[in-house]
Amino acid sequence: MSFLSLLARNRLALAGLIVMALVVLLALVTPILPLADPDVTNTGNRFLKPFSEGALLGTDHLGRDLLSRLLWGTRLSLAVGFAAAVIAAVLGAAVGIIAGYYGGRVDNLIMRGVDMLMAFPYILLALAIVAALGPGLLNALIAVAAVNIPFFARNIRGITVGIAHKEFVDAAKLAGMGDARIIVSEVLPNVVPVIVIAMSTTVGWMILETAGLSFLGLGSQPPQADLGSMLGEARSALITNPHTSVVPGVMILIIVMAINLLGDGVRDALDPRLRSGALTRPMAATMVQRKGPVPDPQGDNVLDLRGLETQFHVKDRIYRAVGGVSWGVKPGECLGIIGESGSGKSVTALSVMGLVASPPGVITGGAVFYKGEDLVGAPYERLRSLRGREVAYIFQDPLATLHPLYKVGDQLVEAIRVHHHVSDKEARAKALGLLKDVRIPNAESRLENYPHEMSGGMRQRVGIAMALANDPEVIIADEPTTALDVTVQAQILSLLDTLRREKGLAIVFITHDFGVVAQLCDRVAVMYAGRIVEEGPTQIVLDAPAHPYTRRLIACVPELGEGKRALHAIPGLPPAVNDLPPGCAFAPRCDKATEACRQGEIALDAFGARKLRCLFPETELEAAQ
Amino acid sequence: MSIALKLDALSKTFVVGKQLFGPPKGRVHAVHPVTLEVPEGETLGIVGESGCGKSTLARMLVGLLEPSGGSIEIAGKPLDNADPAVFGKRIQYVFQDPISSLNPRKTVRQIMEVPLKRLHGMDKAQRDRRISEIFAQVNLREEFLDRYPHEFSGGQAQRIGIARALAAEAKILILDEPVSALDVSVQAQVLNLLAELKQRLGLTYLFISHDLAVVEAVSDRVAVLYFGSVVEIGRAEDVFANPRHPYTKLLADSAPVVGRPLTAPEGRETELPDPLNPPKGCAFRARCPYAGERCGEEVPRLEGETQLAACFHPLR
Repeated sequence: MSFLSLLARNRLALAGLIVMALVVLLALVTPILPLADPDVTNTGNRFLKPFSEGALLGTDHLGRDLLSRLLWGTRLSLAVGFAAAVIAAVLGAAVGIIAGYYGGRVDNLIMRGVDMLMAFPYILLALAIVAALGPGLLNALIAVAAVNIPFFARNIRGITVGIAHKEFVDAAKLAGMGDARIIVSEVLPNVVPVIVIAMSTTVGWMILETAGLSFLGLGSQPPQADLGSMLGEARSALITNPHTSVVPGVMILIIVMAINLLGDGVRDALDPRLRSGALTRPMAATMVQRKGPVPDPQGDNVLDLRGLETQFHVKDRIYRAVGGVSWGVKPGECLGIIGESGSGKSVTALSVMGLVASPPGVITGGAVFYKGEDLVGAPYERLRSLRGREVAYIFQDPLATLHPLYKVGDQLVEAIRVHHHVSDKEARAKALGLLKDVRIPNAESRLENYPHEMSGGMRQRVGIAMALANDPEVIIADEPTTALDVTVQAQILSLLDTLRREKGLAIVFITHDFGVVAQLCDRVAVMYAGRIVEEGPTQIVLDAPAHPYTRRLIACVPELGEGKRALHAIPGLPPAVNDLPPGCAFAPRCDKATEACRQGEIALDAFGARKLRCLFPETELEAAQ
Repeated sequence: MSIALKLDALSKTFVVGKQLFGPPKGRVHAVHPVTLEVPEGETLGIVGESGCGKSTLARMLVGLLEPSGGSIEIAGKPLDNADPAVFGKRIQYVFQDPISSLNPRKTVRQIMEVPLKRLHGMDKAQRDRRISEIFAQVNLREEFLDRYPHEFSGGQAQRIGIARALAAEAKILILDEPVSALDVSVQAQVLNLLAELKQRLGLTYLFISHDLAVVEAVSDRVAVLYFGSVVEIGRAEDVFANPRHPYTKLLADSAPVVGRPLTAPEGRETELPDPLNPPKGCAFRARCPYAGERCGEEVPRLEGETQLAACFHPLR
């Protein structure tokens, strides 16, 4: 269902499908249509014009009925084209899967053979095969199939290499499966879509190739008609009686166009990357559809979020990823945001600078104040001038955020020159200073490195250097040390800590690790299902968590130095944000929840320096005056 | 107590830059000869940073990778042919990424049936009974059986991975970072499940992780790997609390702990030694504050009573 609807969404593919269905239907019913015999000659009636009496499309140089020859010829051309495609796909896929699965020497031998096949121009190779086997439609079919095997073999091998190293293949080996069984039941189902895609885009090509061989007289033999041989026979009368060439020519054009349009549609509909929306280009800034009043800025925070709401609109579902989040940071302060995956912590951070991909992301409420200026709904030019210059990001995986083909020095220079009109030389000097700031040894030579030449810790330092490139006021770090080893993590954290003390940076640090928060952050906000459930000074929150979720999340995490013991797990799973329960989102997993928790909104109330969203706090809290 | 798993000088060397003619460009000693004994019913934790050879070691133990030297013995019987199907009945593997270890195009039932059919030759009725039994053990509902892997959360998928490993009825499980892809609240559920299964079924675990706190919480003994060698091994409560090897101390000091001020235990930048061009002597020498002359000449051996360390200048 999803495949057909995806295909139908592509108008051209749908048109191709309809035309192709008509052509195939015509070819199928040809034997029962009241047509003249395609091979009976009647030289008295040669070169009749189209729409003549008794011959709708006219006759050829031997007086044979062109309509009849066209339909019979189409039938034959289609059959040969499809058969060649199937044979090439089956053999090519088999070769490719075997080469890709076994790898090493087997792969080397097979693929070098395939390379040799590819070294000849295809038409020359096909001619050589037909010359060796003798002319005839069957031999033309064999030639076309053989010529196309390398295309399939290479495609399928590439996919298979990826699959053969997947963990489920290892798991199948450990479950006692042999190689042959693994190929058939584990690898093959995962490459079938690729085979179908490759076939759909090559069938048209193969029909053309077969027609080409027949045109040269190497395919179907007289009097049998196929589209190529009809063209070939009509060649001598091209000027005097053009309709004899136009009729088969138009049919070839229709078939190949229809198949190619359909093939492109099939590819787009089956390709998982295109399916997930890679073809829809996200907008330059997140879409804003604010309903309700816009809050006013308050306090002296350099970055201040007020009731921010970000949603994802996917078809008719609404995912409330961020459901009204407020926080702020002062210069030199570090705010930790802690939460599990899906709690909305990253989406909150990306919403600040309008970096959530739209579609499907939409900011539906609240405001983001940078020094009192509301950034939600700000013009793209304004956002762009602030991105990186005033508010910079550090992401989890520096390998994914650094461009693999440019030297890190050039990338730093570019980051500087986007916001500052300085010469290349000045920018380079600044880049060198930045690498020294983030304590990269041999900074001069490191400028010339590509990202892949550096270790994970070094790359993350470059990521931090890039964030610092334009002396931002705020750095938003989204799990910057999660992918790093502990010894490297310790170095990066102390680097961030020094930087904020030296330069008065405000840092928003997103993590799931309480140890990191405890060491680096002044205040911490705990998020659950798109909302802050507790916020306060780090020390106080960690020593005496007031929200049941915070307390139990801390209890889940083993801490070094406590020895072997059982952990206190939280039963159940976080709720899906497109189906949030009314009232407290944690209530279904909470042992203290009552009916009151499941009804209506629970407010985030202030208690002195901390805030809490719970009716039954774990510790006694005094309400703020 | 009998020995469940015994490794004798097990090592792995990868050949890099193979050429059609002539010798290869270099060799990487991913795992230096490791000798270990794991008693039945023990959880041995293996920690180390990326590139230390912990996954290579694990893959050798289940026969997915052929060792370059040394031998593996399970319950007194040697296993020297790298055939996963033979290994499979005696030692099983739980993968790090729960989703990618399940074939996306098979239902959970099809995935669960394979080890029962291939390793134990059960018929349909036996298989159904056994699958119900295992699913009850890992707290999964039987209605999950006819769904596809992408429909599950990470925690549920990891339970399915554990269920598949249990289906082989192996007594030893290699747990390769089994919870590092999971959220903390789910992580605890899976760790507790593993502890419960071990108790009930008398299993032996090799628990591989980079998370020191998790390893300490679940292990009886811990082995610390650095650059392909075991540098320290001892009881879990001692290894990080009172490390003997300077590297173990560095690891323990680097782990973020609530209530400890932020310090970088290692001030200057350090990178792992180059595997293609390994240093002479102790691999940790370049990062070690205690390194002496002897460290640059000889490779230290694991020595000690209950807490063994491979160091000429142990901390205690």
